[in-house]
Amino acid sequence: MAEVLVYVDHVDGAVRKPTLELLTLARRIGEPVAVALGAGAAATAGALAEHGAVKVLTHEAAEYADYLVVPKVDALQAAYDAVSPAAVLVPSSAEGKEIAARLALRIGSGVITDAVDLEAGDEGPVATQSAFAASFTTKTRVAKGTPVITVKPNSAPVEAAPAAGSVEALDVTFSAQATGTKVTARTPRESTGRPELTEAAIVVSGGRGVNGSENFGLIESLADSLGAAVGASRAAVDAGWYPHTNQVGQTGKSVSPQLYIANGISGAIQHRAGMQTSKTIVAVNKDAEAPIFDLVDYGVVGDLFDVVPQLTEEINSRKG
Amino acid sequence: MSLRIVVTVKYVPDATGDRHFADDLTVDRDDVDGLLSELDEYAVEQALQIADEADDAEITVLTVGPEDAKDALRKALSMGADKAIHVEDDDLHGTDAIGTSLVLAKAIEKAGYDLVISGMASTDGTMGVVPALLAERLGVPQVTLLSEVSVEDGVVKGRRDGDSASEQLEASLPAVVSVTDQSGEARYPSFKGIMAAKKKPVESWDLSDLDLEAGEVGLEGAYTVVDSATQRPARTAGTIVKDEGEGGKQLAEFLAGQKFI
Repeated sequence: MAEVLVYVDHVDGAVRKPTLELLTLARRIGEPVAVALGAGAAATAGALAEHGAVKVLTHEAAEYADYLVVPKVDALQAAYDAVSPAAVLVPSSAEGKEIAARLALRIGSGVITDAVDLEAGDEGPVATQSAFAASFTTKTRVAKGTPVITVKPNSAPVEAAPAAGSVEALDVTFSAQATGTKVTARTPRESTGRPELTEAAIVVSGGRGVNGSENFGLIESLADSLGAAVGASRAAVDAGWYPHTNQVGQTGKSVSPQLYIANGISGAIQHRAGMQTSKTIVAVNKDAEAPIFDLVDYGVVGDLFDVVPQLTEEINSRKG
Repeated sequence: MSLRIVVTVKYVPDATGDRHFADDLTVDRDDVDGLLSELDEYAVEQALQIADEADDAEITVLTVGPEDAKDALRKALSMGADKAIHVEDDDLHGTDAIGTSLVLAKAIEKAGYDLVISGMASTDGTMGVVPALLAERLGVPQVTLLSEVSVEDGVVKGRRDGDSASEQLEASLPAVVSVTDQSGEARYPSFKGIMAAKKKPVESWDLSDLDLEAGEVGLEGAYTVVDSATQRPARTAGTIVKDEGEGGKQLAEFLAGQKFI
C-alpha cells in the first residue's frame, strides 16, 4: 500500500488535534508516515501510532526554532526523498501552507491549500475546497507530481487506529537558504485556557454591537459556559476591543465548528467568509435586517446586553 | 544606491459582488467589477513608508493579469508608487499559484530588485502562498506575514504574529516580504496623486519578454485541476424570534434541543 506523508504540528511533543485529523484522511489514501521535527519530536510517536501512523520520522535541531520555515521544508523534502509517498498532507496553518507550497515547487508538484475534505480518486486524491467566501464548493486534484495538500482543522474526525508508529531518525541536510531568516525573539501567546479558535467545536463571537473591550467579558462568559473559543469580527478587532489572533473572517481565521454564535455581528461578506461553513449558526442582533439572519438556524432579534447574560445564566443553571 | 522595491499586486473581482466561476472553472472576471485586492493596498502602503525612510528608493508595482488589471496598477501609482509593469498575455488565462509565481519571479528578476513586498493573500484565491513561492524561486529570504516591518542598512526586520507566538524576524536584503492587514491603514490616493499617476510609466510585458513558453503557464500548464465547482445551497431559513424578555432562555432551549447544552 502506498505511503502518505503527514507533517506533524506539535508543541514540545504534544501533537495538535488537526494533525490527528490528517491521519484519518491519510488512511483513506494509504499508510500514514508522520514527520515530526524540532524539540520533543520523538515524544509525538505515542499519539501518532494510536491514530494510524505506521512510521514516525523524527529530527531534532535548533534550526527549526531559530529560523523561519525553510529548515522545515528541507526536512520534509528529505522525508519525501526517503519515502516516495503517494501524497503529502500538511495542516493548513499559515506556516503549514508556506511549507507545503515551497515543497511542492521543489518536487515539481502542484499544491492545494485549505482542503475541507479529502478522498481517494482514480486520478489521485480529490480535495474539497470552499471558494468565494464559502459560497462555492470545488473538487480539485493535483495534475502533476505528488499531490501536496494542506487541510483545514475540523475537516475530519479524530479516529483511533492503532499502528506500529516505529520511530526512525530522519537524515536532514539543511540547504543554503535554511538560515536566511532569523527568528531573533519569540514571545509565546498567553494561554486563555480556552480551546484553539480554529479547532474548537463551539465558537462564540462578538462584533460591533459589543461596543467596547470592557463588554467582551459577556462574550467570554458565554463562551466559558459552553467550553467554547472566543472570536471577534473585524470591526471589533479594528476598534481594538479584542486581539487580532481571535479575528474570524477573510483576513482572520476561518472556522468551521459544530456551533457558531454571532453576537452583535451584522454578517458582512468579510465575516461570512470565515464562518459560513459552521454546522449550526445562531445569532443575536438588535437589527432584524442584519444579513447574518440569512445564515442562521436560530436568531434572536434583541439587545445582546439582555439576551447574552440571560443565555449564559440559563446554560449554567441547566448544567448545574 | 537606490533601494529598488517591487510590490506585487493582484486585480481581483470585488468581494462584495456576486463572484462565480466561468464555464472553464476559472474565476469569472466579466460579470463582477474588478479592483486592486484590498490586502495588496497594505503592501503598497508599507512600500511607501519604507521608501520614505530610505535615502533613495524606487517603487515598481507589478501585476500579472488581463487588460483590466491596469486599473490595479493605476490605483497603486495614485497612492504613490513610481512606475508599473503589467505582464499580460492571452496564454496566461487559468494560471495557478505555482505558474503565477514563475511569471512574477521572472518579471521581478528582469526589473531588478532589493526588496519584494506582497500582501498576505489575494481576496479571490486566498491561498497566501505566492510570497513563499517567490522566495523559493528567487533564492532569497522569506520574511512573511508581518504586522510590522522596517528596513535599515540592508536588513529587513519585522514582527510575525502567529497562532502560538509572536516572532521577531530579521534577514538581509534582497528578500521577499509579505504584510498583513495589521501592518497599518493604507492611504487614500490624493487628487494630486491621481493626476500624477496618469503620467507615470506603465510597461507591458508578454511571455516572450520573460523567456517563458505558453505551455509553462495557463490552464494547460497548471499543476492543479478543478473538476467541479458547485454553488453552496442557500442555508434553509431558520427560526427568528424577537426578544420580549425571554430571548436568552428561548435560545438556550434551542441549543439544548440540538444537544449543545
